[in-house]
Amino acid sequence: MKVSQKITSYPGHEITPEDIKEGKYLDAVYKFEPKYSWAAGVAISRFLAELKEGKIIARKCMNCKRILVPPRMYCEQCFRPTDEWIQIKDTGTVNTYSISHVGTDARRLKTPILVAVVDLDGATPGMGILHNLGEVEPSKIKVGMKVRAVWKSSSERQGAITDIRYFKPIGDE
Amino acid sequence: MKNRVAIVGAGMTLFRRRMLESPKELSFEATRMALDSAGLELKDIQSVVSGSAPDAFDGVHMKGEYLLDGMGGIGKPNQRVYVGGGTGVFTPIGGWWNVASGMYDTCLCVAEEKMSPLHPHPQYAFWSIFDQILERPLGTTLLWIFSLEMRRYMHKYGIKEEEIASVAVKNKGNAVDHPCAQLGAKITVEDVMNSEPICWPVKRLDVSPPSDGAAAVVLASEKVAKKLTDQPVWLDGVGWTLDSTHWTNRDLAYPEYVEKAAWMAYKMAGIKKPRKEIDIAEVYDPFDYKELHHMEGLQLAGKGEAPQMAVDGVTQRDGDLPVCPSGGLLGVGNPIAAAGMMKICEVFWQLRGEAGKRQVKKDARTGLAQAWGDLMQVGTVAVMRS
Repeated sequence: MKVSQKITSYPGHEITPEDIKEGKYLDAVYKFEPKYSWAAGVAISRFLAELKEGKIIARKCMNCKRILVPPRMYCEQCFRPTDEWIQIKDTGTVNTYSISHVGTDARRLKTPILVAVVDLDGATPGMGILHNLGEVEPSKIKVGMKVRAVWKSSSERQGAITDIRYFKPIGDE
Repeated sequence: MKNRVAIVGAGMTLFRRRMLESPKELSFEATRMALDSAGLELKDIQSVVSGSAPDAFDGVHMKGEYLLDGMGGIGKPNQRVYVGGGTGVFTPIGGWWNVASGMYDTCLCVAEEKMSPLHPHPQYAFWSIFDQILERPLGTTLLWIFSLEMRRYMHKYGIKEEEIASVAVKNKGNAVDHPCAQLGAKITVEDVMNSEPICWPVKRLDVSPPSDGAAAVVLASEKVAKKLTDQPVWLDGVGWTLDSTHWTNRDLAYPEYVEKAAWMAYKMAGIKKPRKEIDIAEVYDPFDYKELHHMEGLQLAGKGEAPQMAVDGVTQRDGDLPVCPSGGLLGVGNPIAAAGMMKICEVFWQLRGEAGKRQVKKDARTGLAQAWGDLMQVGTVAVMRS
């Protein structure tokens, strides 16, 4: 078995989990713990401030007529400044979804996270945001399902995407 | 352009979950093999292009500079190119700029990746590709972009998980004949369906593994290539395109950016009917559905029609359009940048008729290698001819 009939040996040495257990090779361990403080930007600062008020806001480009969410101060297609803020609805449609059994660092979760791209009502069709789903059996989730944002109480909201706890099916209300 | 560009040598290391060799040592091994296969020494090389994906895997910043000496780049014009998972095919595209422009007659293109240093899992590095304000607080993992895209693709065209699983069966089976492969295996569709769900609809066997490895090719201008070999493989078309990071605003069922990259490469290579003119394709397959999704973007299948081609055996090594005869990322392994370069190497070996047990049945004259990456937004495409 050869990569090329002209090549006869293949470089490299594998380290197996057993090699590690037996201490067969030396390594060095380092933990990097930086801290970042991100400016949210002009558009997203306003978006977050509106979330704190329990509202979802978008930007409109008068040239292409698109209503953009997440909002941006410039239209990346027309390449000009966007024109106005428009409040859109906190309801939408599940564009796609997944049942995630692993977390950020790929470790197994005890309770799966339900995740979806939700196309928001009032924005240009196909303008989705990433969020979680809740108050729904994983097997009952469908593409095309109508959903509504479940907000934290006004005292709990802090101007973050997590001010929306999750989206839940409208049919269950 | 001033020069027609040829690939005149290729090399690669073993692909494994964890390798003893350092990133520089892995790079050296693949580069040395590529030089040997071209019959060249480092003094014959005029410029070097390196490719490696996120610095976060190694925890080494300036990885292009760090890898330099293992890639034969000391004291030579050197550039690192980077488009996430698309890097492996973007690296020889960077080399093509060097040679096609007439700047250089020879260029080394080396791609290396060690994913194993990062704990608890290499996937952790991908957390930081998501929007830091709007997405990361939701508990993101890289798998989400795949599972969400796969679900949308299935929904749009009524595709079954079993049809998608047939790609994993094919590629892991093909990899049994690849001497560097990490995960070659004869498995069944049932094995894939019964493997544990990670991010449904993505299951364990739908996914390529994290890997360490390196791969390299040597490019030469026509004038030099013809002196070196009777079997140059011409890099006749290159294409690359990126879409926005606003991935949730995109049609997830169809990779339009891949289509744009493909037409850029096809136009350059004079290809008008890709499905008829491409003989073999190393399509990017970090997940089984991605091979199908990309075949459609590459115009090798109609929209929603790639799954049936896989089920019908069209994409097998003895089929009409062999796809991933190497075993792909699903079978050979996925050291990100090196995996894309492995695809370039495979097409090189296939078009020269040197692939041994992996050699496709048909007389392959025109081949394609493609990679994809970043936040579901980049397509990199190379068209090669014998």
